[in-house]
Amino acid sequence: MISGGLLRWAPRLTLALLAGPVAAGLLGTLIPAFSNDAKGFRALLDWPGLWPALRLSLTTGLAATALSLGITLLLVASLWGTRVFALIQHLLAPLLSVPHAAAALGLAFLIAPSGWIARLLSPWATGWAHPPDLLILNDPYGLSLTLGLVAKEVPFLFLMALAALPQTDVARRLNVAQSLGAGRIAAFLVSVLPSLYSQLRLPVYAVLAYSMTAVEMAMILGPTRPATLSAQVVIWMADPMLQGQSTAAAGAMLQLAAVLAALLLWVGAERIARHALIRLAEAGLRAHLVDPALRGLAILTGSLTAGALILGLASLAVWSVAGLWQFPDALPESLTMRTWMRAAPDLIRTGALTLGIAATATGLSLALVLACLEAEHRHGLSPRAGALWVLYLPLLVPQVAFLPGLQAAALRSGAEGHWLAVAAAHLVFVLPYVFLSLAPAYRAWDNRISVAGLSLGASPARVFWRLRLPMLLRPVLTAAAVGLAVSVGQYLPTLLIGGGRVETLTTEAVALSSGGNRRLIGAYALLQMLLPALGFALALLLPALVFRHRRGMAVTS
Amino acid sequence: MLRRHFLLAAASLFALPAHAQTAWDNILEAARGQTVYWHAWGGDPKINDFIAYVGEQAQSRHGVKLEHVKLASTADAVARVLGERNAGTLTGGAVDLIWINGENFAAMKDQGLLFGPFAENLPNWTYVDVAGKPAVVTDFTLPTEGYESPWAMAQLVFEYDSSRLPQPPRTLEALKDWVLAHPGRFTYPQPPDYLGATFLKQVAYGTLADPSVMQAPLDEATYEQTMAPMWAWLDEVTPALWRAGKAYPQNEPALGQLLADAEIDIGFALNPGRASAEIAAGNLADSVRTFTFEGGTIGNASFVAIPFNAAHQAGAQVVANLLLDPEIQARAQDPAVLGFQTVLNLDALSPADRTRFDALELGIATLSPADLGPALLEPHGSWMVRISQDWIQRYGVAQ
Repeated sequence: MISGGLLRWAPRLTLALLAGPVAAGLLGTLIPAFSNDAKGFRALLDWPGLWPALRLSLTTGLAATALSLGITLLLVASLWGTRVFALIQHLLAPLLSVPHAAAALGLAFLIAPSGWIARLLSPWATGWAHPPDLLILNDPYGLSLTLGLVAKEVPFLFLMALAALPQTDVARRLNVAQSLGAGRIAAFLVSVLPSLYSQLRLPVYAVLAYSMTAVEMAMILGPTRPATLSAQVVIWMADPMLQGQSTAAAGAMLQLAAVLAALLLWVGAERIARHALIRLAEAGLRAHLVDPALRGLAILTGSLTAGALILGLASLAVWSVAGLWQFPDALPESLTMRTWMRAAPDLIRTGALTLGIAATATGLSLALVLACLEAEHRHGLSPRAGALWVLYLPLLVPQVAFLPGLQAAALRSGAEGHWLAVAAAHLVFVLPYVFLSLAPAYRAWDNRISVAGLSLGASPARVFWRLRLPMLLRPVLTAAAVGLAVSVGQYLPTLLIGGGRVETLTTEAVALSSGGNRRLIGAYALLQMLLPALGFALALLLPALVFRHRRGMAVTS
Repeated sequence: MLRRHFLLAAASLFALPAHAQTAWDNILEAARGQTVYWHAWGGDPKINDFIAYVGEQAQSRHGVKLEHVKLASTADAVARVLGERNAGTLTGGAVDLIWINGENFAAMKDQGLLFGPFAENLPNWTYVDVAGKPAVVTDFTLPTEGYESPWAMAQLVFEYDSSRLPQPPRTLEALKDWVLAHPGRFTYPQPPDYLGATFLKQVAYGTLADPSVMQAPLDEATYEQTMAPMWAWLDEVTPALWRAGKAYPQNEPALGQLLADAEIDIGFALNPGRASAEIAAGNLADSVRTFTFEGGTIGNASFVAIPFNAAHQAGAQVVANLLLDPEIQARAQDPAVLGFQTVLNLDALSPADRTRFDALELGIATLSPADLGPALLEPHGSWMVRISQDWIQRYGVAQ
């Protein structure tokens, strides 16, 4: 292991690696926004779609966050400890590994008036010989977009909740509250939620920031007259008249301000909810009657979100082998491997590069995170609240606000366009997720084992390599799989830092989605999902194989 | 292959004065071993396959490696070159070649972001049909002056499924009547999308008292009055559009997908061979056919240009020249490949090359050059920009 002195510096180095690019990028975006007499801001204010676009960002972001959090809490509250809960845990990994663009494209085909659901029901149930003229996709209120965001964010929040639950002592708290006469939901609300939410708070903020600024999903599912602010910023960045750059920068700054405002709004709502919860607790909330209904609702909303993702992806899989597939046929007229055969060379090349970048970014992240956690353990460091905020910084600051500035910096340094530069940019987004998914298990490791090892004469390094790391193999691999999934799904960082010359499955899939060719999109999206899914499968299988003779290491869930 | 090389070399020898020949030899020499990054829209697998084929030819004929950088929008490449210049990257830029025309070309030429003039020094330039297809040297009324080299002709054609619509409307007036009688079955890509803006210009051609005013830069003083009939036409049609005009497809492939999904009955494209190529690829029903308006439809050319700071300018010129090669032009025109119309003058070709074109099947849905009707000239670029902006103001913002 790294020598003790160096190890002590690992947390600071890691935080600098996260905060540095964000700060430099923001600065790089800020300058063009205010240059030329704030020309960008004036152009922004002149744009007729500004207020509707801003409103859309706020409403879709807040609605998607509230719904995602609500569904997650409902699932945890009413299903924790049941077999359904265990089933959801198994489904979680593949759902998490679905990249946003793939999820949006699958969902789009599912719910369109000429989509799969309409095809399955037509014409026998609906009487539709051709698709009805219904505004479902790209609806002006952003409902489709909200649905897509919810389907993608519930798995993330659920994972974060799973990581937090061991520290909240759910079983005993529920037992006590229920033995005092509270219903299941009421018991959860007054005894578990306060401590659970305090750990979920930052992930929720990240979901809010992401939902307000998502670009790929907004471009595929969101309204178009106008688009959401973040989608419009990306459109301005690519303005053919070359005058959009400063407008884009100004829009990105406004987007940042909007995210901050929404966060403030959310914190306000947290306060109100807190008071309401205290009132309810004081009033002796029991509410047995709502339990069955809410349990049903939990299962319904949970299956709806998972179903939307799974069916959407299944439809893309079918498209990737489809011949002619016309409305209202439920399945293609013929099946063909032509799409896969023709795309195979490209798929292999971009797939390999995607994997290389993901492995580099994840490997570095894992090393840094392990060094941080080990330093924390050996030197008795305890992370300050500020450190956690820095960890979340890349997830809270809108990508459109700091990536253009970062791109300019990369251009000047000459690093832009190299796959290593892309991997370095991915690191900024991968590291927080790796940390968040590994830290709880790492900190929960029974320290008495370490004491035993040390007292038998082992060095701290030997304890780390021979005891701690092997015993934590499963969470380490899971964290690696999460990192892999995050890296594979990155669109804007790859596009901007890669200068268009670093082609990954995601940049290809999004470029193809502009062409609307569902067959090819299906092939790319499947592979895009397959890479992280393989990671998750390895994280599940490898420990089971390595520890097959160790009963104490068996997976209990 | 060897014979081809010999013929090519012989043809070039006759066509070019000696000093031009050595200059081109120097370019070929410099190009060998270079990797050319061609930034081109990557939304159509047929086009991507064609570019890959051009890459194979560039490698085997000239030792030039071609990398297709697939863009979601051509403007990405333009913005990139601008970004490089602003960052001080004056040589060794990332973009070697751009598929370009219209406002993107005008913007780059205006800002001095282009290498050249080079197009008219390319050996294969002798085959280009400058007299018969004036659009190859005039891009949206802007003279290209050798700063971009043409590689495909485009013309607006409407596509419809003859099994659902036996008699398509063949004038703008008839189209309006048909749309009003069949609400929800027609739409156009949302401007400022290129094809959507082209449709607006087609409407302008059919409604303006004197469409020829659009050949000059627009005049603020008379603009409102000039365009009033076009907005009137759109105002009347919009409530009867697909989704009542509350949503629009975002580009040509999205519009094509709506036709394939039977969400609309009439679509259109800037490639007269698109429908046939899509039928051949199994993406469209084989009952789809095409038509144009009786007075003609807008036509233009696709070009390639080289940025001023391109790292591989020699290789880029070799690829631009290769795109004008009769064999490659004939392949692009093959409806099973792309269905793009050639920029070459068939009468200038050798009999062997001429046969390549004569042997091409037209494709089940493609109109013959005679049936295609006249290609109307693109208006000056200023009209497209302004009309798109005004469209956003009028229809692009919901509330």
